[in-house]
Amino acid sequence: MAFHSKELAKAYWRENVKLLLSLLFVWALVSFGFGIVFVDALNQIQFFGFKLGFWFAQQGSIYTFVVLIFVYVYKMNRLDEKYDVQED
Amino acid sequence: MMDIRIWTFLIVGLSFVLYIAIAIYCRAGTTKEFYVAGGGVHPVVNGMATAADWMSAASFISMAGLISFMGYDGAVYLMGWTGGYVLLALCLAPYLRKFGKFTVPDFIGDRYYSQTARTVAVVCAIFVSFTYVAGQMRGVGVVFSRFLEVDITTGVILGMAIVFFYAVLGGMKGITYTQVAQYCVLMMAYLVPAIFISIMITGHVIPQVGFGATLADGSGVHLLDKLDGLSAELGFAAYTSGTKSTMDVLFITAALMVGTAGLPHVIVRFFTVPKVKDARKSAGWALIFIAVLYTTAPAVAGFARLNMINTINGADSQGTEYTEAPMWVTNWEKTGLIGWEDKNDDGRMFYSGDERNEMHIDRDIMVLANPEIANLPAWVIALVAAGGVAAALSTSAGLLLVISTSISHDLLKRNLMPKISDKLELRFARGAAAVAVCIAGYLGINPPGFVAQVVAFAFGLAASSFFPAIILGIFYKRMNKYGAIWGMVSGIVFTAAYIVYFKFINPAASVPENWWLGVSPEGIGTLGMLVNFAVAAVVCHLTPEPPQDVQDMVESIRYPQGAGDAQVH
Repeated sequence: MAFHSKELAKAYWRENVKLLLSLLFVWALVSFGFGIVFVDALNQIQFFGFKLGFWFAQQGSIYTFVVLIFVYVYKMNRLDEKYDVQED
Repeated sequence: MMDIRIWTFLIVGLSFVLYIAIAIYCRAGTTKEFYVAGGGVHPVVNGMATAADWMSAASFISMAGLISFMGYDGAVYLMGWTGGYVLLALCLAPYLRKFGKFTVPDFIGDRYYSQTARTVAVVCAIFVSFTYVAGQMRGVGVVFSRFLEVDITTGVILGMAIVFFYAVLGGMKGITYTQVAQYCVLMMAYLVPAIFISIMITGHVIPQVGFGATLADGSGVHLLDKLDGLSAELGFAAYTSGTKSTMDVLFITAALMVGTAGLPHVIVRFFTVPKVKDARKSAGWALIFIAVLYTTAPAVAGFARLNMINTINGADSQGTEYTEAPMWVTNWEKTGLIGWEDKNDDGRMFYSGDERNEMHIDRDIMVLANPEIANLPAWVIALVAAGGVAAALSTSAGLLLVISTSISHDLLKRNLMPKISDKLELRFARGAAAVAVCIAGYLGINPPGFVAQVVAFAFGLAASSFFPAIILGIFYKRMNKYGAIWGMVSGIVFTAAYIVYFKFINPAASVPENWWLGVSPEGIGTLGMLVNFAVAAVVCHLTPEPPQDVQDMVESIRYPQGAGDAQVH
């Protein structure tokens, strides 16, 4: 057992899942939300020559995905250190 | 014309020499090097190799063409094939790396303490990989037949010989470093013409910016508004709104995302980095490298569409005299991928979405023909050919490796003949790769359909089989072998049946009215995945919980500490 107690292991996992769900919420929002479901509403807005919904579907969601992964990497490394379960 | 051919031989030939040189330099000596490159690949290098592995002939050759014809609807590929990396990085890669075995069936077999589960996973992996590799070989055939002016059979055999050489010799180690080179070739091949054309059409160097900019002809009209206008004039759906139902777009996007995260040849990549931390980071780097192409592709699609309509219909939209048809039209006519039928006998070509249309244009040619349409120099056209070949080869090599690993490691070593030595196993792995190359070559010469379409099915199948089993294996400790096995079987059977029915048995019935919930066969993997989850959840509560040591294993893959090298059992 790398954790000092079962409670710590649980707490680590809870924080991990919470982080996952919040990032996945953004993931779903920009792609399924802005890019697909709300695309017609957002298309009323002009954005650097694009209709905004169209831009999210073909450009913006991809940029967001990249940012999400690096936010995750940064936050997880911090979390590992907080609970002292990082690799040597 | 001769000029293009010489350039093509030169550039494609040089790229082949490079790949083979790398393969010889990095050849694998042990099974561990063969399967996971020794587990010591730097995350940025691994990210680049993953990107090359990932960006197939479908991404390189077909995707921009599809988007060019689909407009907004093309977003399903753009979001679907990138969004999956978020799932991969957050939900799969770090845990599978901590688990530390070679393959996806390894994980399924150990987590679900069952040879049956392992076997089901092996069969799914082989099935998915072959479906996918069939799409790649068709891509190789298209590129070779046009640019080397050999027939498709010769082209495919040439391509297979190259893949055979470095996949069989180099294993994962050779493939990883070859793929880095292939990434560089294919990115250059994609970006150079895109930048040229962006400057010509909009005056912007960055295609992603030019995509939204005004046209350089001084009219002050935005590119996208111009495309919408042309679409309306010619009887197509508006470029920025598309024709698919919202429901279908949702399901296809989800199926491609989840499928991406469930593809064995992508997942196995994250076994090759030294640490869990690296597995997370590696997925991020892979997505950056992929995003470069995926954000350029829609811009290329837009430019290509405008260029194509303008050259065929002429600046005055009256059609161009066939006798004055540009070179690219006549060149591609020879391959049968462009056709013209003079319906109104005026001797002019005309392209539209209604009864005035006289052109048949295959969507697969758009990227390859794009530099010719825009009159770019011969070396750019040759570069695109080399890029297309690099994309197809890098992906096929990765897939062939999964197939050979599945056979030699999962099937033989872990199932049928557990006592074989490392050396013999390596020999079997090479033998299996050789056989797989031949089957793939056959599929390339007798292709089963559109590149991107065939590939889309591989995703549906991966989404409905592996993804739920792996996710539940990590995030749901109570999940047992019965749930996982029944889930995988029902998911893949459901998905495959739906696809086979609408695509092969009764293609005439494949119209939105007949689809369940309006979901097309391309998007059915999402439903298959839900079926898998549901069946697994019900079955696992009717059967005993998994043994304690398996539950402990699930606990231990949830944090990074203590992840050693990828384990040899």
